[in-house]
Amino acid sequence: MKRILLTTTFLLLLMGVASAQADSAAPSPPAPPTGVKAVDKPNDHGHAVNISWDMSPDDGKGANSVVTYDVFRWIPAYMDSVAQIRAGLSGIRDTINILDRANRKWSVLEEHLTGDSAKLANDSVVAAQRIPQLRADLKRFRQVLASAVERLPEAHKTYPENGSWRRVGTVPAGQGKYSNVGSKEYEEPDYLPDFSDFYYRVDAVGVVSTTRSSSEVSAPVHSSGQWFNTGRTTVLVFVLAFGFLTVLFVRKARAGHDLYVRPLAGIDAVDDAIGRATEMGRPILYLLGAGTAADIATIASFTILARVSKKVAEYQTTLIVPCYDPIVMSIAQDIVKTGYSDAGRPDAYKEDMVFFITQSQFAYVAAVNGIMIRDLPATNLYMGKFYAESLIFAETGALAGSIQIAGTDEVAQLPFFVVACDYTLIGEELFAASAYLGREPLLLGTLKAQDYAKAAVLLLAIVGLLAVNVGHEANVEWLMKFKELFKVID
Amino acid sequence: MRRQLPFILVFAFGLFMIFQYFVPHESSERAYEFLLDWTTIIGIFALAVGIWSLVSVTIEKIKLRKPAWQYSFFTLAGLFLMILFGFTAKVDGHWGFHFYTSEGLQNPMFRSFFDYILTPIQATMFSMLAFFIASAAYRAFRARNVLATLLLIAALIMMMRFNPFLGPVGPLFEKTANWLLNVPSLAANRAIIIGIGLGMVATALKVILGIERGYMGK
Amino acid sequence: MITYDKLMSLDRRWVFLFLALVCVGAYISSVEVPLRVNKEVNKIYNFIDTLKPGQIVFIAIDYDPSSQAELHPMTYALSEQCFRKGIKVIYTALSQNGPGMADQAIRDIGDSMKVDRTYNGVTYKGRAIKSGVDYVFLGYKAYFAIQILSMGQDFRLPFPQDYYGKPLDSLPMMNGVRNYSQIACVVDIGAGNITDAWISYGQGRFGFPMALGTTGVMAPIYYPYLNSGQLMGIMGGLLGAAQYEQLCDNPGLAKDGMRVQLFGHMVIILFIIVGNIGFFMSRAAKKREGR
Repeated sequence: MKRILLTTTFLLLLMGVASAQADSAAPSPPAPPTGVKAVDKPNDHGHAVNISWDMSPDDGKGANSVVTYDVFRWIPAYMDSVAQIRAGLSGIRDTINILDRANRKWSVLEEHLTGDSAKLANDSVVAAQRIPQLRADLKRFRQVLASAVERLPEAHKTYPENGSWRRVGTVPAGQGKYSNVGSKEYEEPDYLPDFSDFYYRVDAVGVVSTTRSSSEVSAPVHSSGQWFNTGRTTVLVFVLAFGFLTVLFVRKARAGHDLYVRPLAGIDAVDDAIGRATEMGRPILYLLGAGTAADIATIASFTILARVSKKVAEYQTTLIVPCYDPIVMSIAQDIVKTGYSDAGRPDAYKEDMVFFITQSQFAYVAAVNGIMIRDLPATNLYMGKFYAESLIFAETGALAGSIQIAGTDEVAQLPFFVVACDYTLIGEELFAASAYLGREPLLLGTLKAQDYAKAAVLLLAIVGLLAVNVGHEANVEWLMKFKELFKVID
Repeated sequence: MRRQLPFILVFAFGLFMIFQYFVPHESSERAYEFLLDWTTIIGIFALAVGIWSLVSVTIEKIKLRKPAWQYSFFTLAGLFLMILFGFTAKVDGHWGFHFYTSEGLQNPMFRSFFDYILTPIQATMFSMLAFFIASAAYRAFRARNVLATLLLIAALIMMMRFNPFLGPVGPLFEKTANWLLNVPSLAANRAIIIGIGLGMVATALKVILGIERGYMGK
Repeated sequence: MITYDKLMSLDRRWVFLFLALVCVGAYISSVEVPLRVNKEVNKIYNFIDTLKPGQIVFIAIDYDPSSQAELHPMTYALSEQCFRKGIKVIYTALSQNGPGMADQAIRDIGDSMKVDRTYNGVTYKGRAIKSGVDYVFLGYKAYFAIQILSMGQDFRLPFPQDYYGKPLDSLPMMNGVRNYSQIACVVDIGAGNITDAWISYGQGRFGFPMALGTTGVMAPIYYPYLNSGQLMGIMGGLLGAAQYEQLCDNPGLAKDGMRVQLFGHMVIILFIIVGNIGFFMSRAAKKREGR
């Protein structure tokens, strides 16, 4: 018995010591980060702040106890009032949506329904009568919110009274920066007002989220939008230089200087191909590709179509232009119409020469292949953006015995066109085609400018290669940084 | 004036697009977003014009009994049936037209037409590519001269790279194929892409400055 | 000589017929095609595999039925891997016929999820996946580039409601999920210009981890993005899909299709060789005649 008592006492003592030890081993908070700096995020539309700090001495070294950094911003209580108005606003918006949807769904069926369903349908139709009132409320809430938001900079001036610290982000240990990016729309919950005093603080957090230590508070910072994106200076310089070269050569061309351009077999073949179609009495098929009217390849294709349609009208051949995009179709119709009237044969133009098929890739392919097999065009011209359909077109065209000339800037499709067509315009040759076809000095001038720009790119590539390699070998910092000159920051 | 107005619009909007690329400010961003909305709106109107064009050309074909005019009925049926199915649905045991809600997407006919007609037809069209690659390869890959021979060898290496029946030589093919992709092919690609990039800038400038008026039929 | 000339100008329909016969033969045979898994496919698998239950993967289904043979198996394998591990999925479909593809995939995967299955030695109990809880399908909207940009602000801007017409705010899974910041990664499965938009407007602007599933023809174009770190992995064509199925231990249509593809390639190689033999022989014969 005595032995049991002793053992128990001993065990109790041991447990006491152990618990005392456990208390003393409660993790101590890591050392706080220092030097918290907050600056307006550069080159943006505003509503964002970059925060950086020197990492805690216990991050990765020392006690190695930092797990994350919590970034806090001081937020005035007034922000909560604004958030309440905003929540009210989005509540009304959602209610309108739900009522409107239910009404649209049930009003269709109302007269056919009986029993519970009829009651439900009737209820939703009745509830929908509230929508005009809700819309008026929505408008009122919007006005209130707009004027409430205007006072946010004022509210931020009351620091440190009437507000609290709130976490705006968390980053893992080993990282000393964070971007507090908000929305520019004040109806969004994460709206961040510009020109307001923002104060930031960073906590180093240990394994247990309560073991944390806070940094000093940063100096106040305003977010605002910039009028120039300095990260894109290189692009601006290039655009200006290129624009200058273009204007220079256009003036030269105007002054009557003879500008030499190397001949392109694919371009020369276009006229022959139209002639061939005329001789054979078969139509010419012109495809503008699967691009939109905003694609440069499609725009280049438009200019080629302009010349082709004029020639076709002169030779009195038939032209077929099936389109993939309705906007492209509208433009193409105008181009062909103008081409025919310029050739003095407006009466020969028919509306169904240029038509829309579908925006579904392979349904378009099926339709065009059908035209190729039925109408057996003498010449197929593929100019613009093409994707997986390229080879299907080109092989069907070859099967139908047509002469084929293709031009695209889609690098992946070039091999297909090269193997299956008679002539292929590779990339920039497509863009140059209009200048070649028209032989107008103005257009040739831009080609020359392009050549000089290409020479400059080549030169810069060689200089860059040498600079980086020599810099690396000789360990010269500024040479190694040569390529940074051309870095474009979005 | 009718001819001048489009050029003025192109010049103004083209210049604005260049401007907004360099100006990140909120006001420039809002104007940009406003223009993007317009693109969507114009696109929708143009789609209506496009559908009208399709319908009128198809009806014309039937009227004039052009070659294979019978197929035009399928075009029209496909167009109108899918619209009809997409807007009708059975809700709570009753059929109705649902123009404003997405109930029609659950219409069993809509789904069946998609799953059992559109899907296999499109897959068939794409699978034709395999046959055309075979016939194009048969005609094109011939060792006519040095360059063509190089192309032929590169093509064979690329096709053999994942062939599991090559045994220990397999990885060698894979390595060579990767080198071909990452060095000569990538270099050539980049050269073409730089040319394309410059060509694009030049074309854009030509259009904005009114030097290139081909898109207006000039 | 006549025979070689014939060989040179062989009607392409013979090529088609022979290829079709070999493909059908390969399909009904049961030859097992061994696969080596590429590291760019492995990377995607490992990334998804190490995610925790409850995290969200964004799968963009940007293809039409035309490329379903290559791309559908990727969607199936990837989605099932996510759902089995309790990872949630947001789907979009920004190509015209994409919504139908996504809808079909979601229905099929839903059926497959109801059955108990063992993958890589782990047995997963069957369960029903629910819209709004396990996944959200946002649907389609025209002009993909604009939609990709707007989703960077808030999914609710382009898609206030999901494909089935439910407001996003009423879906439990979307609670607190506003934009790409709450997403573990985006996997774009596409075959064309939408992929370019995802890389430049999506990844370029918002910096999320991104993986790509694309057709065999397009895959080489996107390898530079792998080197630049913009993409963490690429599944290229049927082979990529089959490799992914192998990694998931969930053999499906792609693994099956590999047989057909392999023998198809061998037929093409055979034709190239035959074409060249014909070419050389007829050239030699012409030379002899000329002499």
